[in-house]
Amino acid sequence: MKGRITVQLKAGVLDVEGTAIARALGSLGFAAPEVRVGRVFEIELGPELSDDPAAATRVLTDMARRLLANPVMERFEVEVLGAASGAK
Amino acid sequence: MRFAVISFPGSNCDDDCVRVVHEVLGHEAYKVRHDVHELARPDVVLVPGGFSFGDYLRCGAIARFSPVMTDVAAFAGRGGPVVGICNGFQILTEAGLLPGALRRNVGLSFICEDRHVAVEGRSTPLTHGLRGAVLRIPIAHNEGNYTADEETLARLEGEGRVVFRYVGPDGRRSPEANPNGAASDIAGICNEQGNVVGLMPHPERCAEPLLGNTDGRRLFEALLTAADGGMR
Repeated sequence: MKGRITVQLKAGVLDVEGTAIARALGSLGFAAPEVRVGRVFEIELGPELSDDPAAATRVLTDMARRLLANPVMERFEVEVLGAASGAK
Repeated sequence: MRFAVISFPGSNCDDDCVRVVHEVLGHEAYKVRHDVHELARPDVVLVPGGFSFGDYLRCGAIARFSPVMTDVAAFAGRGGPVVGICNGFQILTEAGLLPGALRRNVGLSFICEDRHVAVEGRSTPLTHGLRGAVLRIPIAHNEGNYTADEETLARLEGEGRVVFRYVGPDGRRSPEANPNGAASDIAGICNEQGNVVGLMPHPERCAEPLLGNTDGRRLFEALLTAADGGMR
């Protein structure tokens, strides 16, 4: 079982990196008035969580809360990707 | 006085802190490794600057889980003076010993230059007797943009817990005086009890005449007075 956690700055928090990237895209002729930069964690989960997406979601959420995201400035999304072998 | 200076992998201002306390001020200072539970009964704990754990994930996010941090938290809980400088400030916020977070500088640049800060707010071990002073202290950071929600900011202001604020040489606040976009020009804050202080500027880099500036020495001297019971 694999999981994916996406962490981004909260909506109200100015994303200075995203703003610079939006400007660079604009200079290339792309219309990109807003860019939000984030970070993606793909995490291999232990065998005890296989076939239990609800438990996997709980574990991933706990990981995000305790380490991967800083709740002061960031929000996160959690996805369960299915079996690591690709069987699902 | 005994100063414990915490060393994480990637800390690079620990020796500077030890030097100021020991060589400049003539007190005892020793480094404590991140992976031990041996604070060895200090009077003051310094969490120094640097790039602990390579700044991986977020600045200070990994260091906060180091074994020694439970001892630092316990020391702080007993009212012991704890000062986090730069990366040390970031670590203390990640550890929940101070509110808020330090984000990427608004200009996206690493900034290394002298800046002026006004000492204000309530008395803390680091700022005791210095309220109203304007100090010139170097900053050196990429993530010094202090952020907190409105409620936290209002609380910090209301309780006098903003203890360092970026100002111009004349002591006045202005957009130009704020180097990194920090909310309310905040350069340093303290916890509710006042014994834990975090600041982005580096007083250990301006504490002896050889370095051309001794403003930082005043903060270390305040710490000595406070640790000696002079604050009571």
